[in-house]
Amino acid sequence: MSATSAPAALRGRVTRRRRPAAAGTLGTGSALGLGIAMTWFSLLVLIPLSAVVVKATGGGLSTFVDVLDNPQTRNALQLTVLSSLAITALNVVMGTVIAWVLVRDRFWGKAVLDLVIDIPFALPTIVAGLVLLALYGPSSPLGIHVNNTRWAVLLAMAFVTLPFIVRTVQPVLEELDTDVEDAAASLGAGRATTFRRVVLPALVPAICAGAALSFARGISEYGALVLISGNLANRTEVVSVRLFSFLEGGNTQSAAAVATIMLLVALVAIVVLDVVQRRVSHRG
Amino acid sequence: MASTSSAVGNGSPAVKWLLRVVVIGYLFLLVAWPTAYVVRHTFDDGLTGLRTALSDPDVVHALVLTVQVSVAAVVINTLFGVGMSLLLVRHRFVGRRALSALIDLPLSVSPVVVGLALVLVYNGRFGWFGPWLEAHGLQIVFARPGMILATCFVILPLVVREVVPVLEELGDDQEQAARSLGANAWQTFWRITLPGVRWAVVYGVVLSLARALGEFGAIKVVAGNVGGETQVATVLVQQKYQNFEQQTAYSMAFLLVFAAVLCLVVVALLRPKEGHR
Repeated sequence: MSATSAPAALRGRVTRRRRPAAAGTLGTGSALGLGIAMTWFSLLVLIPLSAVVVKATGGGLSTFVDVLDNPQTRNALQLTVLSSLAITALNVVMGTVIAWVLVRDRFWGKAVLDLVIDIPFALPTIVAGLVLLALYGPSSPLGIHVNNTRWAVLLAMAFVTLPFIVRTVQPVLEELDTDVEDAAASLGAGRATTFRRVVLPALVPAICAGAALSFARGISEYGALVLISGNLANRTEVVSVRLFSFLEGGNTQSAAAVATIMLLVALVAIVVLDVVQRRVSHRG
Repeated sequence: MASTSSAVGNGSPAVKWLLRVVVIGYLFLLVAWPTAYVVRHTFDDGLTGLRTALSDPDVVHALVLTVQVSVAAVVINTLFGVGMSLLLVRHRFVGRRALSALIDLPLSVSPVVVGLALVLVYNGRFGWFGPWLEAHGLQIVFARPGMILATCFVILPLVVREVVPVLEELGDDQEQAARSLGANAWQTFWRITLPGVRWAVVYGVVLSLARALGEFGAIKVVAGNVGGETQVATVLVQQKYQNFEQQTAYSMAFLLVFAAVLCLVVVALLRPKEGHR
């Protein structure tokens, strides 16, 4: 168990084994428990999220048209979605490579590397922004100044989404039987072919699950971006910052519309990647 | 665990070294160096920076408030998480699968959207329930209850997702045995179920504590601009930085980094125990 400090939220999706437990029907006590739990869950999550959608759709489609008609909001949306896509693509490659090195390679200090992966999860987002700003900001000792540029948006997103794909791919790679790879190699497959035809298909579901989380996190990031991106309208302003300024201005209707669009984009990404994941695992 | 030799893994040393260098370089530049830099920066003048920060009453107030809100949210969420996990794993009811999927929802919702959602329902002026609650003397938005709610929202899945797989793995043979020997539901829970999942609960608590201490966006929206009264540590970090009190901002950031890394180390140390049990 070298690498299991990721939240089970990530591991569970891919490696969960369902053992059919003896199905208990609800007794009085459990029914009461379910009632309390559901009330809390509804008051905390379901009703407030519905309130956002109701508020946004209350004014009909025109609210959305108005919001999207504003070039500043449109630019913020575009920047956020494109940056998040780019970073997710980067994570697909880097995350898989990092997971590979952590599982298959052995060298001194690997355990430290494993801990470093979790830092972006544990670090408060505002501190993440501050940390990046210290090294890559105006007083950078390296002479690299990305603050107030679009590179800052990419850098901050790469930081906060780093663990997602690593932590979903890693356990799958650990479980993977190397016999198949040896067999493929003994049958004359080159290393690249073995990786592409044998290892990669087994990893695709995990990569997709991680990519969905990474994308959703990227478009919703706020804290890490607020200091380093400079929030310049039409240039480095991301959609959550835009949403916040709507809120500060008391324009809850527009805020709700933007929030609904963000929820929809995240939902679409999760569904698309889930479909890809199913396709691949059915074919394989 | 035992990383086996494989056709690909034993590949050419050049590829192996290339991957190693790329991974270490990427992680060093993206995470390790920036984090270490802030820690070192905090101690530029020894302990003076930290001492100055801690003599600022605003800083102390923010830190105390952060701890209070986080602990309250973690306690509530742990009760909810353990109960919900038991219901999801040990019982069959209509909508169980849908519920299980919905629990993960907070992971994909922007913190600012979380804040907005809670404001729309609990705001004292125009919220759905806010005016009624305020008429009964309970102010939620711009006060502590709202901050606790916001924290609960973002940490909601963390305990459930740790406990559910362990409960599934455990099965319910022992629980049935206990019950057939005459234990009631409470005894079964305290003596059998809870000891079985205790490490999962501990990880869940530590992870949610780390997340709760660092929550920023959602709390910022819900807490509003009510002066220092509802200002948590993360929000104060932003304010201090923007007011050019960088040394104080770095000192507070260091304290938060320290708490976060401490949580990580605790989790890392606890985890292998379960594997060997």
